[in-house]
Amino acid sequence: MLFNPPSPLEVKVLTVRFGLPNSASIDTFLANDGYKAFEKSLDMTQEQIIQEVKDSNLRGRGGAGFPTGMKWGFVPRQSPKPKYIVVNSDESEPGTCKDRVLIENDPHMLIEGCLIAAQAVGSKTGYIYIRGEYRYLIDVMDKAIGEAYARGYLGKNILGRGVDFDLYTHTGAGAYECGEESALLESLEGNRGQPRIRPPFPAVAGLYACPTVLNNVETFAAVPSILLMGGKAWADLGVAKAGGTKLTCLTGHFNRTGVYELPLGFPVEKMINEVGGGVRGGLKMKAFIPGGSSCPVLTGDEAWPLTMDYDSMAKAGTMLGSGGVVLMDENTDMVKAALRIMHFYQHESCGWCIPCREGTTWLKKLLTRLDRGMGTEKDIDLVGDVSKNMMGRTFCPLGDAAALPTESIVRKFRHEFEAKIAKTQISMAGVASPFVVV
Amino acid sequence: MTFSPELEAKLTKLVNSYPAGRLKSALIPMLMFTQDEVGSITPELVKEIANRLKITPVQVDEVVTYYSMLHKKPMGKYHIQVCTNISCLLWDGDKLYEHARHKLGLGHKEVSADGQFSLEEVECMGACSWAPAIQVNYDFHHHVTPEKLDEIIDSLRKLH
Ligand SMILES: Cc1cc2nc3c(=O)[nH]c(=O)nc-3n(C[C@H](O)[C@H](O)[C@H](O)COP(=O)(O)O)c2cc1C
Ligand code: FES
Repeated sequence: MLFNPPSPLEVKVLTVRFGLPNSASIDTFLANDGYKAFEKSLDMTQEQIIQEVKDSNLRGRGGAGFPTGMKWGFVPRQSPKPKYIVVNSDESEPGTCKDRVLIENDPHMLIEGCLIAAQAVGSKTGYIYIRGEYRYLIDVMDKAIGEAYARGYLGKNILGRGVDFDLYTHTGAGAYECGEESALLESLEGNRGQPRIRPPFPAVAGLYACPTVLNNVETFAAVPSILLMGGKAWADLGVAKAGGTKLTCLTGHFNRTGVYELPLGFPVEKMINEVGGGVRGGLKMKAFIPGGSSCPVLTGDEAWPLTMDYDSMAKAGTMLGSGGVVLMDENTDMVKAALRIMHFYQHESCGWCIPCREGTTWLKKLLTRLDRGMGTEKDIDLVGDVSKNMMGRTFCPLGDAAALPTESIVRKFRHEFEAKIAKTQISMAGVASPFVVV
Repeated sequence: MTFSPELEAKLTKLVNSYPAGRLKSALIPMLMFTQDEVGSITPELVKEIANRLKITPVQVDEVVTYYSMLHKKPMGKYHIQVCTNISCLLWDGDKLYEHARHKLGLGHKEVSADGQFSLEEVECMGACSWAPAIQVNYDFHHHVTPEKLDEIIDSLRKLH
């Protein structure tokens, strides 16, 4: 099923089979280059597979953008312990809805990516951790896995080549924090989703303290096309240090919201005006989030000249993130937006470390007060201060994810916070006690 | 406790998905699948799962209290979840939630007296490009207007 009509500006590499009849079935997959990359990998050495992935300049699509080939290279392949493949399909970063589209339209591409990763590190078992809300995708995935077993692409002695690999789905139960890799592993082991101290990183000690390749759905899904095209050709689809294409979710005030596959380095202006059909209602863009609500927020003016890649976004003081673009038009209430974003992080903070648990709670209280016009100038400063003090001081990056958008919104849109205070001061003149307890 | 044969088959497959000695890994999926049939995580269910996975009831309980989709009290037969997170907010998800509250006469996590409906304001559910979005149990509905929400609820009411 297609979720939105494609755009002629898309470069279809991961989404080539989308829209074909029964695109999720193994027959459609096999008739359209499916499992060819895996067969190719059977004739390659582990070093060769990892080298192709390195050459592709593929960077993790879950948000952090870590080079995938390098990560696979960290796995101690000589270790006598079993190695695991874990797919992060927790997809909970607000603004992000691409992994869902990938699995629904082409689940075998993900299976093939897992098979190749398993070849690269010598793994015999993989798990696909799917967020609880995506229950129907468990059925889609289980069906595809069943087909792959039936056709000999999973299980024992795959394609008669002496390779074994088992793949299972595993459901989450509602927790953003379980998208964080170490919390995900805790959850997969049947525990509360609380993060682990690192190092050691999952590549060395992940699931059951064994070496683990943990990547986002889109990262694994990109691997078959890398082997088929060759790493260098795949890299050339994108820009320097960021190869390939990215599934980009246009959300918020676009005329044509949707998920589109765009090459890395795609101009923001072209993305908004031509892919997304411009800002809804012909209005001006007030704010722009490049990849999920954890990114620092840009003003419209800052965003227009940029390109959608890691370096361009880093230079502008933000991140490419997960691909969840959020566009806010000139009528958006930025105080309310900041509060809603913090409401999320406060709710999802796992409570394990104090700066995150207390920080998000206090920020939510302050922002609630400011949104109701009951705050003071000092509260605005305090929001900035608390945010800055959380950054880099929490056990896992959820604290940063809460602080970064908040700090940028109060800094760049301070006048909106001040305007809310001024408005109530006028209407509350003469009222004895303007305090609100929240 | 006895479950339906379909659920038992699912649970058997589940516990065989993990390496020897790693049975506890099945805990969260087992809670989710059994909750769907039982209706909520009852004390009896906690004991049953603890037995099956050879862990203590407290180890089950500490996990239940962590995850937002695991409920100790039954939700309505139709659990209406309205997303008001940022991408949905920008398409009036907050107003949609208000509309749902009035239509159902329920607040956040409340269940109707007849047990048919419950309401929850939820976080991003991965439907951001087709906002505002709701889920009725596990079914997604995209680009939901107040009128469309009324239709969905009315058609569910008619089933009874
Ligand atoms: C709070 C938090 C939530 C995260 N949620 C997700 C998620 O839903 N999906 C995802 O792929 N990565 C998520 N990540 C990133 C993962 O920790 C990890 O970096 C990623 O899955 C690695 O895969 P990649 O290199 O292919 O991106 C999250 C990180 C944090 C700190
Ligand atoms: S923000 Fe509502 S589904 Fe993502």
